Amino acid sequence: MIFLSLFITFFEIGLFGFGGGYGMLSLIQHETVEANHWLSTSEFTDIVAISQMTPGPIGINSATYCGYTAIHNAGYGHLMAVLGSATATFALVLPSLVLMILISRMFMKYMNTPLVQSIFTGLRPAVVGLLAAATLLLCNKENFSTPFENPWQFFISCALLIATAFGTGYLKINPIRMICYAGFAGLLLLY
Amino acid sequence: MNIYWESFKTFFKIGIFTLGGGYAMIPLIEEEVVGKKQWVSKDEMLDLIAIAQSCPGVFAINIATFIGYKLRKTRGAVCTTLGTALPSFLIILAIAIFFSQFKDNPYVAAIFRGIRPAVVALIAVPTFRLGQRAKLNWYTIWIPVVCALAIWALGVSPIYIILIAGIAGYLYGMYIKPTNS
Repeated sequence: MIFLSLFITFFEIGLFGFGGGYGMLSLIQHETVEANHWLSTSEFTDIVAISQMTPGPIGINSATYCGYTAIHNAGYGHLMAVLGSATATFALVLPSLVLMILISRMFMKYMNTPLVQSIFTGLRPAVVGLLAAATLLLCNKENFSTPFENPWQFFISCALLIATAFGTGYLKINPIRMICYAGFAGLLLLY
Repeated sequence: MNIYWESFKTFFKIGIFTLGGGYAMIPLIEEEVVGKKQWVSKDEMLDLIAIAQSCPGVFAINIATFIGYKLRKTRGAVCTTLGTALPSFLIILAIAIFFSQFKDNPYVAAIFRGIRPAVVALIAVPTFRLGQRAKLNWYTIWIPVVCALAIWALGVSPIYIILIAGIAGYLYGMYIKPTNS
């Protein structure tokens, strides 16, 4: 039953998704691409791009989109796919809702204790690793092609990667604008 | 006006007008919730941000739940959470239905071939920024490296990494750090 596993998967992602939207991407990618094969790497990358460019939190956007695409790829129609995106989004939000209510009800005073703080001391460097893993996993044949298969696309892709990293990292160009530039470059050079 | 409807509407507005993810929402949330509606004070807001940041889940949803619960307990929390998630949900749904029909168009395919490497860079840049904020040094840099390699090369689930890191942090804080200081 794909709806049930979709619910369980996104509930887990909501429960263990530390480090904001980007940290969560690593979990979403592992579960939807590597573990369950609901999406291909390039589909996942497209979803991240679209989630980045549309309003709202990236976590919610990508969960909605992944839920839709997973059900659609499984061979169901649009209506069932809408149900799939509702399932994924609801499951992602549910742990936050419960946890935040519990914290504001009774655990507010524990948040600053050495115990909780030392757990976060361990989590912080690990989340950096999660993001690095997400980056590495996206550097594959589907997104970049290979120097043997299609050298032109591989070269352009690497150039776009470096240009975007430089543009958003050093020149502080808005990421959405950068995605538009890259899309335009793709249309000109990779058509 | 009904407070449930009003809190829903406020967070719906916040959900619609924030581009670029959860953290971009902070100024808008502050303006609406602290400035205009005065549902929480400025100091409370700082605490809420700190807690919502360290907890798992979507940052904006965590903040919305907190404020909703403070206003009208569980029902208030459901209203604000729904308000925050709904605009994203509807917009993405419209795009998903629309895009699934244009995905195979050669122009659209070319555009996305250009976008994909850019997205990889957009995830790589915050990795370094997060590394700086986590105050990594020569003694701790191995932690993210080992975590990343375990996920990338060995296919370990990030969930296990989170669990192990949390337990290790706890053990370190409880048994190792106190004897050093």
